Amino acid sequence: MSASRAPRSPWLPKLVVAPTFLVSFLFIYGLMAWNGYLSLSASRLLPNYEFVGLAQYRTLFENERWWVALTNLGIFGGLFIGGAMALGLLLAILLDQKIRGEGVLRTIYLYPMALSFIVTGTAWKWILNPGLGIEHLMHQWGFENFSFGWLVDPDMAIYCVVLAGIWQSSGFVMALFLAGLRGIDDSIIKAAQVDGASLPRIYWRIIVPTLRPVFFSTLMVVAHLAIKSFDLVMALTAGGPGYATDLPATFMYTMAFSRGQIGLGAASATIMLATIAAIVVPYLYSELRSKS
Amino acid sequence: MAGAAAAHAGEVEVLHWWTSGGEAKAATALKATLQKQGHTWKDFAVAGGGGDSAMTVLKSRVVSGNAPAAAQIKGPSLQEWAQEGVLTNIDAVAKAGKWDEVIPPVVASIMKYQGHYIAAPVNVHRVNWLWANPEALKKANAKLPTTWDEFFVTAEALKKAGIIPVAHGGQNWQDFTVFESVALGIGGVDFYKKALVQLDPATLSGPQMEKVLTTFKRIKDYTDKNAPGRDWNLATAMVIKGEAGMQLMGDWAKGEFIAAGKTPGKDFICTAAPGTQKSFTFNIDSFALFKLKNAANEKAQQDLATAIMSPEFQELFNLNKGSIPVRTGMKMDKFDECAKQSAADFAADAKSGTLVPSIAHGMAVPAAAEGAMKDVVSQFWNSDKMTAKEAQTKLASAAKTK
Repeated sequence: MSASRAPRSPWLPKLVVAPTFLVSFLFIYGLMAWNGYLSLSASRLLPNYEFVGLAQYRTLFENERWWVALTNLGIFGGLFIGGAMALGLLLAILLDQKIRGEGVLRTIYLYPMALSFIVTGTAWKWILNPGLGIEHLMHQWGFENFSFGWLVDPDMAIYCVVLAGIWQSSGFVMALFLAGLRGIDDSIIKAAQVDGASLPRIYWRIIVPTLRPVFFSTLMVVAHLAIKSFDLVMALTAGGPGYATDLPATFMYTMAFSRGQIGLGAASATIMLATIAAIVVPYLYSELRSKS
Repeated sequence: MAGAAAAHAGEVEVLHWWTSGGEAKAATALKATLQKQGHTWKDFAVAGGGGDSAMTVLKSRVVSGNAPAAAQIKGPSLQEWAQEGVLTNIDAVAKAGKWDEVIPPVVASIMKYQGHYIAAPVNVHRVNWLWANPEALKKANAKLPTTWDEFFVTAEALKKAGIIPVAHGGQNWQDFTVFESVALGIGGVDFYKKALVQLDPATLSGPQMEKVLTTFKRIKDYTDKNAPGRDWNLATAMVIKGEAGMQLMGDWAKGEFIAAGKTPGKDFICTAAPGTQKSFTFNIDSFALFKLKNAANEKAQQDLATAIMSPEFQELFNLNKGSIPVRTGMKMDKFDECAKQSAADFAADAKSGTLVPSIAHGMAVPAAAEGAMKDVVSQFWNSDKMTAKEAQTKLASAAKTK
């Protein structure tokens, strides 16, 4: 009866998968290619196909606002990824201590992930607004000199975005790490304990290093969140004050859709795509190579 | 009669961003006019004062070949849209309505592309207004400023009395609106035209501009800390409630005062922004009319254009919106003091050549240059480190954006 397990005709599975494959190919790679082409065109208000070479990229890198957006991406990306991972790992380790009420705590930590970035942004906008949130509350409690105006300070506003981002994502990171921690063989830890290693030492030298695969997949998820981050900035600061909290995504939106510079917007989108590719491709390469 | 109307009835879809109190009332007036003629009105309102989000939606609709009948587009953008070949020619409607005779040439030229009407003007807004709460001024024992020097004296007095002197919304277009009024007040009409309409590099980096920027920045000290990100109508509400003393904003702010049940001259004061009494920054709203595929809808679209320019609608609409009719020679009996003053100034300034297009509201330069300059002005306003000189250099290079 072994013949019945084999497909009746070898091309049938391929045929079944083909439409989906075609559609996703068209709508992912096709649109990427279209965007790439637009970035080489003179498109302004609506797409047009007059070829202008790399002129849009030159304009882009001469644009001061684009540099602000890139710097912000550096600050936001670094702190957000680092912060969310560190806090997530810490929470996971603390939760891993076989404590009472773990289920409740886990739900509480994971809960922010259930909210969209729009909700997070709006809520933090109220919390951080000097006239409504923390500063106002402190003044009402009698601390008249308390001042916390990061949200309205062009130099500090980007850190508000970082704060809200970490708040949103660290619970999710925690869940991933916790799953990883639970997957570690108990006997290794027991052996280490027998050898007289302290708990922090066990974590630092044995457990965290074995979490490497989890670490990388978490990094992938959080890193692409950072680069495509748009809704959080829009809800929290709308890119302001001025354009102090602009990120490449908001820059692209402004240029392509409200300034009538679709070509320039497409160029910035291509750069963002290239940035993500620069992270993803080496990772995929190393993953796939190690498996074969 | 009803049967005949129904036979010609089409659907008009109108994209606009009149979503705040006074504005929404004005949009309803247009809807009622069209419905009376038997057409179906499909509202396509997209929130957001500056209209950025509305434009995004519009573009996706046009690219996908599903343009609305009319969309709120104005100034040099009309020309950009016309160049894309998506707007329709409404010369027939304009001829029947004698538009060339009833609207000033300076307005007509904006509504035309290569000599053909492609848009219908709705109203004229004056941008260089100063709104004030008389009670607040009285409490602070301050008087209404007519020059920028007096403005700061008044602001100082208000501050001492514990009132926020200037209600401001820290969004880049609002920063730019204030900047434009300061430029007109300090530099005068010729300077304004040279710097902000012709984008003359020498004028942009000259000493007069430095003075404009310095004065502009001084205003920030008199705004409150929560201004960044605030919508303009919330800033107006602060003046209405007496929390703040003054606001520099176009006359759409009046719609908010009226919607709050306030009387001009008694509960609030409107006056030209300091130093700009003899000039007029205009912002003209218009509806660009798109090419449509369905004949019945085209008929409805033409009725819409006719309705927009009819004296009845112009009166009704502008009474609600806070602006003045774009048709000249209309009776202004029903309008309030602010609108009467505005209409008289508009006519006088049209004659004397002191009518200037508002750069902050997309009337003076193409969107790309306007956007880049808006960025610089807003950055200067928000930064504590940038000097006026640095801002000037950046402004001059931003003006070259094409």
